[in-house]
Amino acid sequence: MNSKRFRRWLDGETDVMEHILDGKRGHDLPRQDQRRLQREAEEVAVVRMGRVIHSERRLFSAWYRVAAVLCCLALMAVFLYMVAHITRYGAENPRATEITERYVEHGLEETGAVNIVAGMILDYRAFDTLGESHVLFTALVCVMILLRRDQKNMRTAYEDYYRISEEDYFPTDRDQIARRVGGVLTPCILLFGIYILLNGQISPGGGFSGGAVLGAGLVIFASTRGDSAVDRFLTKRVFHWAAFCALSFYSFAKGYVFFTGANGLENHIPKGVPGAILSGGLILPLDIAVGLVVACTMFGFYSLFRRGTIAEDGAAHTAAGNGTAGSAAGGTATDTVTEGGAADNTPDKEES
Amino acid sequence: MGIDFIRNFPLFTIVLSLFSSVLCMMLDGRRAKRYTVCYECFLIALSCAVLWYVSETGEAFTYVMGEFPAPWGNEIRAGVLEALFAVMFLTILLCSVLGGWRFLLIDVEHSKINLYFTLINLLTAALMALIWTNDIFTGYVFLEILTLSSCGILIVREIGRTTLAAVRYMVLNLLGSGLFLLGVVLLYSLTGHLLMVPMRAAVAEIVAEGGVITITFSLAVLTIGLGIKSGLFPFYFWMPDTYGTATPASAAILSALVSKAYILLLFKIYWRVIGMEVFEQLPIRYLLFGLGILGMVFGSVSAIRANNIHHMVAFSSAAQTGYIYMGLGMGGPLGYVTALFQVLAHAVTKSLLFLTTPRLARVSGDSLLFQNLEGSAIRDKSAGIFFTLCSFSMVGIPIFAGFSAKLLFAVAAVETGNLGVLFATMLALAVSSVLNALYFIRTVIRVYTAGRGGADISAPRIYAEEHNDADTAEPVPDTGSRLSYWVPALILTGMNLFLGLFSWVTVDFIRRGLAMFA
Repeated sequence: MNSKRFRRWLDGETDVMEHILDGKRGHDLPRQDQRRLQREAEEVAVVRMGRVIHSERRLFSAWYRVAAVLCCLALMAVFLYMVAHITRYGAENPRATEITERYVEHGLEETGAVNIVAGMILDYRAFDTLGESHVLFTALVCVMILLRRDQKNMRTAYEDYYRISEEDYFPTDRDQIARRVGGVLTPCILLFGIYILLNGQISPGGGFSGGAVLGAGLVIFASTRGDSAVDRFLTKRVFHWAAFCALSFYSFAKGYVFFTGANGLENHIPKGVPGAILSGGLILPLDIAVGLVVACTMFGFYSLFRRGTIAEDGAAHTAAGNGTAGSAAGGTATDTVTEGGAADNTPDKEES
Repeated sequence: MGIDFIRNFPLFTIVLSLFSSVLCMMLDGRRAKRYTVCYECFLIALSCAVLWYVSETGEAFTYVMGEFPAPWGNEIRAGVLEALFAVMFLTILLCSVLGGWRFLLIDVEHSKINLYFTLINLLTAALMALIWTNDIFTGYVFLEILTLSSCGILIVREIGRTTLAAVRYMVLNLLGSGLFLLGVVLLYSLTGHLLMVPMRAAVAEIVAEGGVITITFSLAVLTIGLGIKSGLFPFYFWMPDTYGTATPASAAILSALVSKAYILLLFKIYWRVIGMEVFEQLPIRYLLFGLGILGMVFGSVSAIRANNIHHMVAFSSAAQTGYIYMGLGMGGPLGYVTALFQVLAHAVTKSLLFLTTPRLARVSGDSLLFQNLEGSAIRDKSAGIFFTLCSFSMVGIPIFAGFSAKLLFAVAAVETGNLGVLFATMLALAVSSVLNALYFIRTVIRVYTAGRGGADISAPRIYAEEHNDADTAEPVPDTGSRLSYWVPALILTGMNLFLGLFSWVTVDFIRRGLAMFA
């Protein structure tokens, strides 16, 4: 019986966590009952899963562990062999240095960038980087689909049960030290991020690192000053337009360069004086675009994981306030239910 | 300007798709859908132009991405094979999105439909880049986009089951990507190149110097990576959950295009990075041949044991993927042609199957269990007809694509001149066809037998359940016979019949493509 169920679970035909993951049973019930149902389902599921897994463990893990160890050993052997046989990097292997030599020796004159890495990723191999910045965007879209609040994905019993509210995690109003320090730090971090971003072509840095610093600055600002402070300047509209402009500029600018390059046309983009801030042709604007995308992605992840939306327009705050009040009231209700916990377990006992 | 302007089209298909993805984020759901449909039609036209151009000129062309030529900058390349696959993949993608549109409205939260199309456009860009690329690292970058966007179109249903399935799918896929990247890194450190042409020259040198084992190991790591992602024999267990719980359009795209794109990339690497002369010496070939046959048999056995139509169709994907790998491992000129033909045959059939089964379920109380599906083909006649046609193709009834593929496999096995390969292939084809018939024909008979179907359904429901909540329920759109299903279904069936009846046309295209592929 158990083994069959376990196999069904393995095959994905049924899963014991279903009720919890779906999180949408009994929406029409009053809040208190919802919470109780949720907790019941959760307890039953956890106990049931533990039991099933326990009884199956010996059979399953015997071959599983052996296979896992064998796979790892085989891979290790392969990689050790490869390490022993790969020729050393450098002069020994002329084949492996053909490309890098050109990048190092002619990078400056061909791309106009003192920072060879920037010249490499944004000029020699710009197509890969174009893809790479869209990988970030894809990840952002996936997280938006998964976490953005909507009709299906609401603030549900799960969060209410654990009384998760924004203020519980980040009691920003109360912590004056964090507020002050955040206020001092944020401008410095943002300034530093902009510096890294703008100097990508002449010193270590560039779009990816600068954008990460900018994003981190925004995250620190949001977590110390509260989301409302960020919402004042970063609305949903601004966020979307920033991502849209950055990525479409990137696509079209690079598309233009690819097009002119492949057709042997002049692209009319000045390379500038190497070492000056306006140098390296398209590298600087592309760095800014990449930086915007990275900053948006980082802040977007933070915001989606934290409150299920990237930025809200205006009216959102009242809703958030109501949510907090609701969950605070819900908290007391949960406590009451916990006292009756023994009675709630009865269905589970019958089953066992 | 002039006719040579067509050389720019592959670039356009990639860059414009990337732009379209960002644009769809800014549009609302319906506009995003309309835009995507028009845009995909435009892309099909572009790819057709490329196909026409390369078959007229009779030679492939490379396209430098930027100012820096071959070993230093990126490059894409278009030949008959690439253009043919671009046209077919885009058509199937368009049909899948159109055919699954009604279900998308039910499955996807309305505020997120534009994000779905954002992902579809990203997926298009990734497919195009994987088809056109002439650079192994570009392959990796767009492979990542493909992986992430395929997880995205799976997760978009936002029910617990799809989330769970997507997590599994993503873990396995990332494992595959990691192994692939390791393979690429190993090859790069051996050869010092990332572009396929100079890489191949370096590989030939290394093999001549006696370094064949290092090449074999790098290639093995890379093959396992892509094997996991495409569902090669021991790694097919993620299929039923992934394909079975996704919204129909996503299931069709995932099974017909995404897993096939990985195989195409693998094939490209074998052919253009390693070179067929070297590849045919390596033991990996025989491994692929064996695993392919095992996949054909075990995929079918799992499909027979399935109690749910989606799982059955998904497991049959595992079996069909086995055919492709068997063709790759079989070798010989016709072996590769047949493997590529099977990619197309399977893509055309499986996408329509995944668009059709939810319609059968829809008239059976939204249950996918066989017992409830009894008589569903009578309740929804069009879905029944298309399901039957696809089943015939899967089993290998003449005039359908599946039959031509199996026939070609048999001929290819004879052509190899190797008795062992010949017997193994014939036996595998026979056993697998019988097994295919066992579950597909059984299902066809079942859906045409009026039973108690649709009556008391306590089984997992796929669609109704989510709309039981009174406060959030929206009127479920009618999914009856509509143009949005008929047109794509007819196109896909037409393609299927074309592949079956005029297989020589496609085979000829693939042959010419392979001739200019090396």
